[in-house]
Parts: sequence; structure tokens; C-alpha cells
Amino acid sequence: MKQLLSGNEAVARGAYEAGVKMAVGYPGTPSTEILETMAERHRSVYSQWSPNEKVAFEVGIGASIGGARALVTMKHVGLNVAADPLMTFAYTGVNGGFVVVSADDPEMHSSQNEQDNRIFARFANIPFLEPSDSQESKDMLVAAYEISERYDTPVMLRMTTRISHTMGIVEVIEPLHPQERKFVKNPEKYVMIPSNAKVRHVVVAQRLIDLAKYSEQTPFNYIESNGSKVGIITGGVAYQYAKEVAPQFDYYKIGFGYPLPLEGIRQFVAAHDITLVVEELEPVYEDQIKAAGIKVEGKKYFGALGELSPSRVAKGLKEAGLIDKVVVPEITQEDLFPRPPVLCPGCPHRGAFMALKKLGVAVTGDIGCYTLGVLKPLNALDTCICMGASIGNAIGMEKVQGSATGTVAVIGDSTFFHSGITGLLDAVYNQSNVTVIILDNRATAMTGGQEHPGTGKTLMGQPVGRTDIHELVKALGVKNFEEVDAYDFEATLACVKRQMAAPGPSVILTSRPCVLMPKRIMDEPYQIDLELCNGCSACFRISCPAIAASTETNERGHAKAIIDETLCTGCTLCAQICPTEAILLKSQFAKA
Amino acid sequence: MSEQFYNILIVGVGGQGVLLASEIISEVAMHAGLDVKKSEIHGMSQRGGVVTSHVRIGKKVYSPTIQQGEVDFLMGFEKAEALRFVGWMKKTGTVVVSHTTLVPAIVTSSKEFHYPEDAIADLKNKAHNVIDVEADKIAGELGNPRLVNTILIGVLANLLPFEEKLWVDVIKSLVKEKFVAVNLEAFARGRGIHLALNKQPEGRSMLRPRDNTPRLVRPHSSGVRATPL
Ligand SMILES: Cc1ncc(C[n+]2csc(CCOP(=O)(O)OP(=O)(O)O)c2C)c(N)n1
Repeated sequence: MKQLLSGNEAVARGAYEAGVKMAVGYPGTPSTEILETMAERHRSVYSQWSPNEKVAFEVGIGASIGGARALVTMKHVGLNVAADPLMTFAYTGVNGGFVVVSADDPEMHSSQNEQDNRIFARFANIPFLEPSDSQESKDMLVAAYEISERYDTPVMLRMTTRISHTMGIVEVIEPLHPQERKFVKNPEKYVMIPSNAKVRHVVVAQRLIDLAKYSEQTPFNYIESNGSKVGIITGGVAYQYAKEVAPQFDYYKIGFGYPLPLEGIRQFVAAHDITLVVEELEPVYEDQIKAAGIKVEGKKYFGALGELSPSRVAKGLKEAGLIDKVVVPEITQEDLFPRPPVLCPGCPHRGAFMALKKLGVAVTGDIGCYTLGVLKPLNALDTCICMGASIGNAIGMEKVQGSATGTVAVIGDSTFFHSGITGLLDAVYNQSNVTVIILDNRATAMTGGQEHPGTGKTLMGQPVGRTDIHELVKALGVKNFEEVDAYDFEATLACVKRQMAAPGPSVILTSRPCVLMPKRIMDEPYQIDLELCNGCSACFRISCPAIAASTETNERGHAKAIIDETLCTGCTLCAQICPTEAILLKSQFAKA
Repeated sequence: MSEQFYNILIVGVGGQGVLLASEIISEVAMHAGLDVKKSEIHGMSQRGGVVTSHVRIGKKVYSPTIQQGEVDFLMGFEKAEALRFVGWMKKTGTVVVSHTTLVPAIVTSSKEFHYPEDAIADLKNKAHNVIDVEADKIAGELGNPRLVNTILIGVLANLLPFEEKLWVDVIKSLVKEKFVAVNLEAFARGRGIHLALNKQPEGRSMLRPRDNTPRLVRPHSSGVRATPL
């Protein structure tokens, strides 16, 4: 049967078809929909969100050693968090098949960097497969389990945004029933004390030799011959772009990307006048092929930054003298206003940023919806490095600058559970004066509202107890703790001032839930009395999408404000800061 | 039909249903026996940012994204967004655009940026075929501003060679049950508009006849260059 599936949905389907028993991960664009699809459509498979990628990876290892096929999913930077278990699991190898999906984000559509995780697979000495459409995403995942079990190795399935989020037609089949495996005690294999690890490292080296042989024969690495003198070596979405603009050349399509089929490539290159490597991001294939003494070119023409596209590939081929016309017209870029993502109307993060902006203190930031607080006109964040970094960053800054300047860290609830707890422990242990604001909106909002230990529900929808952040923080040794309603601007401002003045680390917990997830919150909207509005633009500066410029102006020609009733959630923040009290509840307005 | 190839670029703002619209079109194409790929960027879609979706339909589709200059149909759920992407059009392409106006906070709160005074006129200046629809108004009449997407799909359905029944079946299968009836109505309204207009005498059609006067490509608004995120 045919279905239209995104790459991520196809991976989920593949996991179901491959008889996976455990699917685990942490949300992160563009990987998130894999586990969401598992929990929605393939409920016979146990699936869970873990608090972070390292734990997810370790849970997956446990499932594998316990005999089951395990799927672990994360975005590219998640693998940095999970790198520790990855590097050593590569030594022990698996029992049940183990596949980690790394969803990379070339072009950084929603990420802080665009690292190429194919390098990670090589670093860890494990094989990776690189699909170029939805059908391959499914087929390669199923095959990855066979490879994992046959060669006793974790395997990476390397996706990218364009593969994960592109829908294509997929032929689905009935699930397989892989032979059950049992846990068998085997400390020489699974306990990596130095004496065992030394032995296992030798196994890893031999495994790579065996995998290199497999790479020469696997149907995922194949040649498409069109009788051309030009050869193209390519994989992933780059294959599609190249086929789009230059279908006439010969292709060596790489699906099994490490180890590379270097002998096959050597013959392919020898049979062509010129061979180019077309790959997105780093020259991973190109470097290895060149290192094997084979003459190819690639990055010279296509570049290593950002996403490729048919146009970019065409330009590169033209530069290499292989095609003479490029279809790309010169585009007249429309000179329009930008439309950056913004905090939603009624977002509870807004009140905290208004207070911080007013105080003008240094604010170390973290990753989540609240990172949008950096944008104009809020301009309230000074750093954003990676998940969990805000607290450590604040400690470092405060230690060198002295507490007089005041340093505040802001961190979301999901991010706090992910990797903020240890930072706070450091603040307590090393007696830092930082003030940490935990923006608890009871959701992993940025990635679409996934559950986490503080939401009271699991990925599969089971109700569970909520982790109490206050109790947790107390147990870490934080003495200064306050909960505040960030919809109350004055109270929030006073609370931040108070806690910044308090000696030792402080934690402020904001208590309003996300207005979008899991439930849309809509209270009575506000309206603006245009007679009272003096066009001061104070409400414009809180960056609420519900507030717009009206056609009326004040005596200096500045626009007065109006509120879009369909967007206003009634959070009250604009009404609190309006100097002329022109912002009233709709019902009050009607009466007035 | 196997020689036909359609590149459809759908643009709008987070929350306007760009992704559902592109899924409907893609499913219809698949059920019509064609290959299809649909690619989108939706990481920030819920935060009011620009959302784009590429749908490519043909006998065999390679690239998931459309090349600049190769768009056959540009579907604009918001008129300034349509204008933002008009440079992606093929010369023979058609713009289907809603009069919907969504002014972002960044424009309201700063003097640096301006919303175009007459985006529809600008579009007509830059593209040969523009079908502008007051889909926002129609959606209001139907009682739900979120129906702009389905109304424009109705318009597009007239321009693609797929049977009515396919569209209706796909809408039924993809839209939440309680919204099916109103979405089918929205679809019918969109479809109706275009058919009616085509029957009107020359000159009153919203499908503008080709304009032979040289097209001016003039800079927009203040001349301040938009910096993307
Ligand atoms: C290591 C890592 N994993 C995942 C992500 C993707 N990601 C970005 S923000 C975020 C969670 C945000 O949730 P929260 O901290 O609760 O803030 P909110 O968006 O709800 O305001 C995630 C999972 C990432 N950037 N880095």
C-alpha cells in the first residue's frame, strides 16, 4: 500500500515494520515527529521522551542489551549531549539491534549550529546510512537493524531537515517479527573497564574492515550509468538536487556512507574523465576519497556552508565547466519588512523579559521559545549557546565581574530538566550569586509542546506525578526561592530586584502555563480607547502580535494602537504599562 | 498528463494552515497516480514567522524544493508574503492570493519597516497572472478566519487537472471531522469564484489578461533592506 509520509513518519513506520520494541528520544527540530508518530500511530511499540538525549541514548542501550531492537531519536546537537554513551557503546556493540537517528539541520532553520553528524559516526567508528527520500528513510532504517545485529554495532541513520520534513510516497509493508533475543550476562563485552575495552577496541577495528566489505556490495551504494564521461558521487538530499539539474551524468549514489565503498569509487572515478563529489555541509566523502589517493573535486565548487539547492548545485557544475547554462534567473529580492517569529500574544515569558529589560542587567539565555526575547524590540537576552548553558554562563560571568553588576539566567522548564539542574548545583556548591529564572510554562513549547517530567503526562499519554521544581531546587540547596506570576509586571520586577539583592544563588519560578499548549488559553480580550491613547508606543515595545498600529495618530504623527480581539488572550500586561490607562477589558469598554 | 509538471509554492504566516493546504494538494496528486514531494520549513511555524511549503507534482520528482524562477503556482495566504516570493515565479506562472493582511509587531513597533501600501497592485505589476481573492472576507462569512487556506485550494483546483471527487475525498480524510462540512463549503466557494469569473466578459475577469506594458521592478517601501532572522 502507498502512503504519503514525511521522512520522519517513514522512520517511525520503519521502526514499526522492523519490530522495534523501544523508541526513545528527546524532542528537537527536525527529529521530533518521529516519536510523536510512534505514539500516535504505532502504539504497539513502547515509546518515551527522556529528560535529555544522553539519558535517552542510555535507555536505548539498556533495551538493546536487554535483547530488544531499540530506536533512539534526536536532533544533531542532541548527539553532542549523548556523545559519551555513543563513543563507548561503539565498543561494546549491541544485543538487539540499535539505531540512533541524528536529524541534522543544514541552514540552521531551527538550530544554533549546522554541525555535520556524519563526522560523528566516523569519530565513533560506527556505520551510518543517509536516506535521500521518505521511501529510503524507511528502507534504510529497517536495513540498519539487520546491519546492527549482523555486525554487532550501533548504527546511525543520518537525516537532514529536507529529508525529515519532506513528504513523499512510501510503499508500506506488514511488520517483521525479528527473532527474540535474551539478555545474557557477558561482562567482557558490556563492562568497559580498561582490560575489556582494550579487547573490544580490536573488535571495533576488525568490524570496520568487515563493514568496508559490506559497503562495496550493499544495494544502498549503487551506480546509475548513463554513458556519461562525467561522474557524480553523492548522497542524501544532494543526490536529488544533482539529479534534478544534471540527470545526464553517471551517478555513484551513496546510501551507506561509512565506511565508504572506496574500491567501487576508485573504479568509478577511473572510468570517468572527471568526477565530482556533491555533498551538503562538510567534505566528509570528499576528504576520505582524496585521502585514498583518488582524484575528485567537490567543495571547491559547491561550498560547505548552509543548505544546497538545485540552483547551488547547478552553479557549481557550471563553474566546473560541466554544464553551460544555469536556469537560475536573477531574482529581484523583494525589499520587504522581515517577519521574524515572535512570542505569542499572552506568552507568559513576556512579563519576565519586560522586567529584565527595565532592569538592564546582563541576562544569560538558554534555548526555547524564550530565546525569542533577544529580538527587537524586547532585546532582553545576552547569550544563547546550547541547552542548559544559561546557568553555567551566569556563574562564570558573575565570578569574574562580581555580583554588583547582577547576572540573571533565564531557562525554560524543559531545558531545566534537560541540563539545567547540574548548573544550579554548581551555583549552590560554588556559592555563586546568580539569580535563575525558571520560566515554567509546563511545556516543551518551542518544539511543539511535548510532555516532560514536569507536565504530568508521558509521551504515550499516561498520567504520572509531576516533578516539583520547588522541592527539587530546595534539595539542591537553594535557599532563596520565590514563585511569581509573570502576568503581574510590578510584582515580577520587584521579585527580580529582591532576589538579585539576596546573597547566594536564587531561583524564581514563573507560574503561568503556555497559552498554546496543551490547551489554547483565551480570556476576555482588551481594547484600546483611542481617545485616551496618546500614541506613546509603550505597548508596541512589548512586542505583542495582538497590538497593531491604528490609522489614528497623535499630534506628533505617531500612530495610536489598536488590539486585534481575535488574537488578544487577555493577559493584561499591556494594560499594566499603559501610562494613560487607555487599555480596558472589552466589557469595561462597552460600559464606558 | 505524464508530461505535466507542477511546482506549487504555498506561503503564509504561522497559524494560517499552510501545511494542511500543501498536504491536501499532495494527497490529491498521489491519488491521481502521480509522484509528489512536499517540503516545508516549520520549525518556528507556530510563532508567527513566515511559513513556506513547496509541492512538486510530476511523473518523477527529484528535488524536494522548487528552484527559484520555476514556480507555476504561487499560493499566498497573506498578500505581503505573496509579494515576498513573487520573484520565484515562472513567467507563465499564476499567483493565487488572498487579500489577507497581517502586519507583524516589528512593523508596528518601529519606523524602520513598512507594510506595502498596495501589495496586490505590486503583485500585478510583477506577475502576469494574478488571481486575487477576498478569501479573508469569505472566511469571515463562513464564520472562521482559518478557512482562507481551503478557499484558495478551491481556486487552485480549477487550475489543476484533478477530479473534484479526489479533492473532496482528501479534504474529508485530512480535516478534523467537526470541520469537514465548513471546509467543503470553503472549497466550493473558492472553486465557484473562479468559475464564475471566467464566465464574465473580458476585462472584468479577475484572471488578468496579459499586460504588455513593460513591468517596472521598483524597490518597495522605505528602501530599508529586510534582514531575515
Ligand atoms: C541538545 C538539544 N536538544 C534539543 C534541542 C531542541 N530544543 C530547542 S528548545 C527546546 C525545549 C524548550 O522547552 P522549554 O525549555 O520548556 O522552553 P519553552 O520553549 O517551553 O519556552 C528544545 C527541545 C536543542 N536545541 N538542543
